[in-house]
Amino acid sequence: MKRIITATVQNRGGVLNRITGMLNKRQFNIESITVGASEIEGISKMTFVVHISDEQKLEQLTKQLNKQIDVIKVSDITDKAIVARELALIKVGSSGQLRAEIQGIISPFRASIIDVSKDSLSVQVTGKPEKIDALISLLRPYGIKELARTGVTAFLRGQQPRQVTDIQTVYTI
Amino acid sequence: MKGEAEQTTQAVKEVYTGSELLIELLVEENVDIIFGYPGGAVLPLYDALYRSNAPFRHILSRHEQGGIHAAEGYARVTGKPGVVFATSGPGATNLVTGITDAMMDSLPLVIFTGQVSNQVIGTDAFQESDVMGITMPITKYNYQVNDARDLPRIVKEAFHIANTGRPGPVVIDIPKNISESIVYEPGSTTFDLQGYQPTEKPNPLQIVKLGSALSRSQRPLILAGAGVVFANAAAELTQFATMYGVPVVNTLQGLGSFPEENELSLGMGGMHGSYAANMAIQECDLLINVGARFDDRLTGNLKQFAPKAKVAHIDIDPAEIGKNVPTDIPVVADAKEALQALLEINIDKPDTTVWRNKVKENQTAYPYWYEKPSEYLSPQWLMEQIHQRTDGNAIVTTDVGQHQMWAAQYYKFSRPNRWVTSGGLGTMGFGFPAAIGAQLGKPDELVVAIVGDGGFQMTLQELSVVKQHALPIKVIIVNNEVLGMVRQWQESFYEERYSSSLLTANPDFVKLAESYGIRGIRAENEADADRALAEIFASDEAVVADFRVAWREKVNPMVAPGKALHEMLGVKK
Repeated sequence: MKRIITATVQNRGGVLNRITGMLNKRQFNIESITVGASEIEGISKMTFVVHISDEQKLEQLTKQLNKQIDVIKVSDITDKAIVARELALIKVGSSGQLRAEIQGIISPFRASIIDVSKDSLSVQVTGKPEKIDALISLLRPYGIKELARTGVTAFLRGQQPRQVTDIQTVYTI
Repeated sequence: MKGEAEQTTQAVKEVYTGSELLIELLVEENVDIIFGYPGGAVLPLYDALYRSNAPFRHILSRHEQGGIHAAEGYARVTGKPGVVFATSGPGATNLVTGITDAMMDSLPLVIFTGQVSNQVIGTDAFQESDVMGITMPITKYNYQVNDARDLPRIVKEAFHIANTGRPGPVVIDIPKNISESIVYEPGSTTFDLQGYQPTEKPNPLQIVKLGSALSRSQRPLILAGAGVVFANAAAELTQFATMYGVPVVNTLQGLGSFPEENELSLGMGGMHGSYAANMAIQECDLLINVGARFDDRLTGNLKQFAPKAKVAHIDIDPAEIGKNVPTDIPVVADAKEALQALLEINIDKPDTTVWRNKVKENQTAYPYWYEKPSEYLSPQWLMEQIHQRTDGNAIVTTDVGQHQMWAAQYYKFSRPNRWVTSGGLGTMGFGFPAAIGAQLGKPDELVVAIVGDGGFQMTLQELSVVKQHALPIKVIIVNNEVLGMVRQWQESFYEERYSSSLLTANPDFVKLAESYGIRGIRAENEADADRALAEIFASDEAVVADFRVAWREKVNPMVAPGKALHEMLGVKK
């Protein structure tokens, strides 16, 4: 199963190395990792997308992450209400005539063209990984010359849905 | 003007170099022994050591590996962190085995490695190695000091991390220019460890759950590991087990946490554990693991491990709970705190009479056994003799292999912190230098290093240290002229193809010892051995004794690799 796990970590030299080293040593299969600053100085936020075989492995992953001295908090947010976004840069081979056509394809994705040369153009798209996958497959026939994805970064939505226990309450809202 | 001049001199006195500051910090940590080896990148440190009148000794090992194993032995018997100095590059890389060993067996160490100067780090400078990268996966934590003013915090944190929670090794890598740099104002010692707060107190609800599981149990069993020893909880464990009549199995590292003469003790479990201990694990309906990590040498085939048991696991390291064995009642806590909490609550005492009798029957019917070979000494007999002649009171260190298992089986421990063995990593060459550290940590105790002829040859250069410091260590070489355990596996599982396991060109260990100025003795039969043992334990000096034992002897009983605990081989003659 695919899980999205976030970790807040102390921003110290080698912290990324520590964590990826541990994941590798314990044979966890990582799809992507993103790291960057958080709202607190000196604290970074990491988002992992991992493939995990079972619950026991998942528990081990969060425990082993927590065990790292630089790691302050670990959350598995897969089943929560979250916002998860990824950015991709896609360089497509394109002659002048095709530009308008490509523009037409990417606009529903709210992607934008951020660079143009005489035989290529570069598209920037942000969104959930599935949306990016979809755009990539639409652009593929035009010839993708280069592709760079950042991996998912995510956090919880400001409001989490309440556990609905009484059907009445749903109707009265 | 005069006043000003005086002020300047005073100010100068308060100026330290990074090295001098470090020495002072070690004094504050109550360090009494440093195990180390100098070299280029730690010259400033060794110079500060030379000039200081700090109240600790520096023990010069003859190889960094010897130094760090000594620090491990010291930590194991004193409960205090072992402190190690080594230089950059080869000095640091020679520590790698010891650091990993300490990590696997949760021994607190604080290791200072020199590093090339900041300006040349990353240029493949002379004796540069990426100590941070190399030691990251084998330490509990590691630091590189980038500013000598950080030393007070880093050193304090390092000692704290090494010896709290689940203990482990911490490396502090200090570039030469940092140890040489002038520190006008050392920084504060305030911790910056937001992510490190070991849980020591158990959750009371879990304790109640464990208590009620015990009261409903008919066949409860305690598995006691090194966590009990580290938590200094042997007394609480004994009280708890006796109060509720629960038999106790020890792991290899847990030996000594429960007195083996206690009628509830089943001795060691696992690959070469007792039949009674392993069968108890397979038969019990409640397995209370206190501070053990369900290592594969203990569990055998995991799928068939303790099939009838509800599993409770008390461990200070939450990551150990559920790692190998699914756990019904997890208790994250220090073993002492958890056992105290269990002793405080009311638990309806289960009637375990039938169970205890059954377990006892196995113990009487299937004790450890051996046959004395006609020509050579029996290694098992030798262990029994050592146990007898030391009243079971010695500190015993070992390497890994057959002699280690025989020592574990036949040297019955009644007290904790007297058993020093390389369990997790299984390091040959550990036992002898570990004995040096143990002897230095406990100068008034009898320290016996039981080693194989293979393992001893990996670190025997440390005999110089024994001589230099007049350490009265008794080195017992269980000499079968083979790599015993390798040979045993080759005999059992590789159709007797003894590939590179026969040691056909051993040195004369007696002459070898004598060349270091140490008494050497050889014993080839029981009469020899009787005399030798009498002499060894009467002597107040170091002795190296070469006991020539039968080479074909195997460690019995055994759970073959991949098999379950109840499928033991060699249970009876």
